[in-house]
Amino acid sequence: MLKRPHYIGLGVVVLLTLTILNLPSAARSRLKQSVGSVFLPLFGLANAGHAAIGRVSDSTATHGQLVTENQALRRENQELRLQIDHSKEVERENSRLRQLLGWQQQRSWKLKLANVVLREPANWWRTVQIDLGSRDGIKLNMPVLSTEGLVGRVSAVSLTQSQVVLLGDANCKVAALVQNETRLAGVVGPYGPIDGSLVSMTYLPPNANVKPGQNVVTSGNGGIFPKEILIGKIVDAHPAEFGLSTEARVKLAADLNSLEEVFVLMDK
Amino acid sequence: MNIFSTVLLLLFAILAVFWESAFHGIRHLIGAQIDLLPALMVYASLYGTITTISLLAVLGGLWFDSLSANPFGITVLPLFGCGMIMYATRDLILRDQTFAQVVLGFAASLAMPLLVLLLLLTSGHEPLFGWGTIWQLWVMAIGGAIATPICFELFALLHRVLGYTAVTQSSFRPDREIRRGRT
Repeated sequence: MLKRPHYIGLGVVVLLTLTILNLPSAARSRLKQSVGSVFLPLFGLANAGHAAIGRVSDSTATHGQLVTENQALRRENQELRLQIDHSKEVERENSRLRQLLGWQQQRSWKLKLANVVLREPANWWRTVQIDLGSRDGIKLNMPVLSTEGLVGRVSAVSLTQSQVVLLGDANCKVAALVQNETRLAGVVGPYGPIDGSLVSMTYLPPNANVKPGQNVVTSGNGGIFPKEILIGKIVDAHPAEFGLSTEARVKLAADLNSLEEVFVLMDK
Repeated sequence: MNIFSTVLLLLFAILAVFWESAFHGIRHLIGAQIDLLPALMVYASLYGTITTISLLAVLGGLWFDSLSANPFGITVLPLFGCGMIMYATRDLILRDQTFAQVVLGFAASLAMPLLVLLLLLTSGHEPLFGWGTIWQLWVMAIGGAIATPICFELFALLHRVLGYTAVTQSSFRPDREIRRGRT
């Protein structure tokens, strides 16, 4: 049976927990970051381990493999350079035309590359930690992308790291458009706890003409995500409860399960 | 359990939390990540003191929440509650039996995340919760059931290697001593 010291221990732990849970959010956030800094040496060890494994695998590659890979990379580099030149020209033309029409100049994006260092340990959230923090200019709610499409947004920032909440988490809902003739608007939100590659698009109009394969992009509403960032493709659609709206399943363009590097969209 | 054992337990807790964040192969394969903190709590509650249980619950819970999107501190009470229940009834438990360790690991690894989810849902948060959560809970429970006896074996090995060996009883018995000379 429990004795007096046990009840004292129980009381201390309960009191401590209730105190922490009822702290103001700013203080709780700072406390969380300071406790999380305990893992910084382990991050360094993990990165060193990954680098060592990479060096070992590089050293075992044959000369022929390296030459082939080098040639493929050179070709890809040339193609990308041509695409960049073409994109710059298109951007200049776009800017001139907007100027002629008197529209506001479209801001070009400033992207910062970040490495994904940790993933969410709990099964009921979808977040990752990246190796950029406030000292690198990262701020709350900055959009995060990959080369394939939208990934999420920054939800917490410490000095050296940031937490990114991913698409499919309940705390990352995005105003989106279906790229079709009618440009239907909806909200992209979580779909389920198991499959991280699917999200649901809700609040589409009833009888919406949504077809599988159509692209879903950000609409720019809400002020967090710029418009026209690719989210994914429509898988299927069905009427929601009571037929008041349509819900669609969307397959994400970015593979959230194998994120290694992401881009943070910085303020220009 | 002495201070050394408690420190060792906390060290394993921090490594377990880091492993859960850094290694996601299990999640890729079966769609859920295993939590090792309940398995460590089973060991602490069966062999440790109330201080050990409290430290593991508070520090382990806070470390877990610091790397997660959980509200900071929400994992502490469920972990402590599981530990206290096992601690209060440990005289009735055959702690050296693998079957008991497996059953306790299964129960703790199922109860702890359920309690955390309950706290999250009642405090207004929106965790990812659906029919797939049942599968995830099963994976966590079975993973914890497998991990618990491994934890026990690992700590027993470490104590044998790093701890003092028990002093064996001397064969000298005062009532059998042969006294020579004048009595």
